[in-house]
Amino acid sequence: MADAATTKNRPKYLSLQAILFQIRLPLAGWISILHRVSGVLLFVSGLWLLFLLDRSLASEAGFASIQRYLSFAVVKLSLLVLVWAYCHHLCAGIRFLLLDLHKGIDKAGARRSSVVVLVVSLALTAYFGAKLW
Amino acid sequence: MVNRIVVGAHYGLRDWLAQRVTGLIMAVYSIIVAVVLTTSVPITYAVWADLFSQGWMRVATLLFAASLAWHMWVGVRDILMDYIKHAGARLLLEILVLLVIAGTFAWAIQILWRTA
Repeated sequence: MADAATTKNRPKYLSLQAILFQIRLPLAGWISILHRVSGVLLFVSGLWLLFLLDRSLASEAGFASIQRYLSFAVVKLSLLVLVWAYCHHLCAGIRFLLLDLHKGIDKAGARRSSVVVLVVSLALTAYFGAKLW
Repeated sequence: MVNRIVVGAHYGLRDWLAQRVTGLIMAVYSIIVAVVLTTSVPITYAVWADLFSQGWMRVATLLFAASLAWHMWVGVRDILMDYIKHAGARLLLEILVLLVIAGTFAWAIQILWRTA
């Protein structure tokens, strides 16, 4: 069934290079690609986070050692990036669920909810970051 | 026009639905845990260990971990399908991802039920 839809070579803009230099993403597009990027970040760092949970629950000494470990600036900064990734992934995910329910699918509504996702996830990151420090 | 027979093959409907249901479970868990933790500062070892020694927290976290494992698999597989064009390389990466997810999940269970 090689009809027009399958034979036509439509351009695909999935690569990072395309997103950064070839096309101009609308705000909703940024929410989407950041949802993907934050998802990858969280997947890749999953083992590290589980290690933190493991040590911190193992014993009082383990908990203290993780507290010391978390006082390093590099570690704190990494954790802050992951906090942002988590908040963004969560907020953008809720937005996608609402879109599935046909809430806010008009252009203006979609743009507004994109702004809300960006702002709320950054605000949450700042809040948890302040608690972390 | 795209003519396709929808009966039988589900064209990813199950993955699509699973991604949303697991996401919702994790969202609810995240909000509950965030509220519990922010209302019980400063978090000492006693508070932390006590939280994870409670039955409801262990079951909820297990549910979260299972949702996360499934969610990660669907998400990472989508990304691999988008970027890795070589079928053999993709299969190899998918197997590796599955192994990592299964191992991580097993480790999570072990952490949760390590102490009585």
